[in-house]
Amino acid sequence: MITGISIYEILTVTSILFFIGVYGFITRKNLISILISIELILNASVVNFVVINKYLYPENLEGVLFAIFIIAVAAAETALAVSIIISLYRQIGSVEVKDTETMKY
Amino acid sequence: MERILFYSIAIIVIVFALASVASRKMLRSVIYLLFVLCGIAGLYFMIDYNFLAAIQLTVYAGGIVVLIIFSVLLVHHIELELEIAKFPKQIATGLLCLSGLGVFLYTLYSYDFHVIENNMTTTTQSIGEKLLSYEAGGFILPFEVVSVLLLAVMIGAIVLAKGKQKSKTN
Repeated sequence: MITGISIYEILTVTSILFFIGVYGFITRKNLISILISIELILNASVVNFVVINKYLYPENLEGVLFAIFIIAVAAAETALAVSIIISLYRQIGSVEVKDTETMKY
Repeated sequence: MERILFYSIAIIVIVFALASVASRKMLRSVIYLLFVLCGIAGLYFMIDYNFLAAIQLTVYAGGIVVLIIFSVLLVHHIELELEIAKFPKQIATGLLCLSGLGVFLYTLYSYDFHVIENNMTTTTQSIGEKLLSYEAGGFILPFEVVSVLLLAVMIGAIVLAKGKQKSKTN
């Protein structure tokens, strides 16, 4: 743990990061920007896992292992999303959300 | 000393996260995301999880950001300005997020965490042994499942990104 820093301060920082991600997820109109916002949200949750493991249950390792799994799943999700975006760009020539109308309604 | 370091890392992370969400130029937004990820890796170094910080730097800052930059360069002109939501919608979303943050922080500060004062260092060896142990509480099954997931994603990404060309040749 970090000497002199309480768990409340770190959890405050990660909650702010989480809600910045939510704000970007709602306001941006572009698929790649939405992907970036998802990365912010996932990172905030990973830091929460790690910090709670270190501060409350320091003799266990479950938080770190779950953090590793979340990072692996995030990498998989990003690779798939990028390939979907590129194939969408080939089909309709745009990555704006308003132009992807095939499965909209 | 640690306080100054922690607060500077926190300010860097929050400011660059805001910049990456608010910037209208695509490539700059990705670079701001890179700064956020490096700041979080610094946070892991401060909590003394060196292995996790290394994973964060290699997988996120080295892999995911490069992947997103590639997709931006393939899809956009660099100087293209993005469309952004209308101003009333931005204000409404901001208020919604602020109220959600208020609920989060109220719950957080009213809960009494039982913090255990410690200075343990987690070695990479103990993480590896836990990850590959067969005993109760071991993580061998999720480890294998994640490796199969990564393989499936690799094949799926190739098929998805190549699908159009293949159907053209048929």
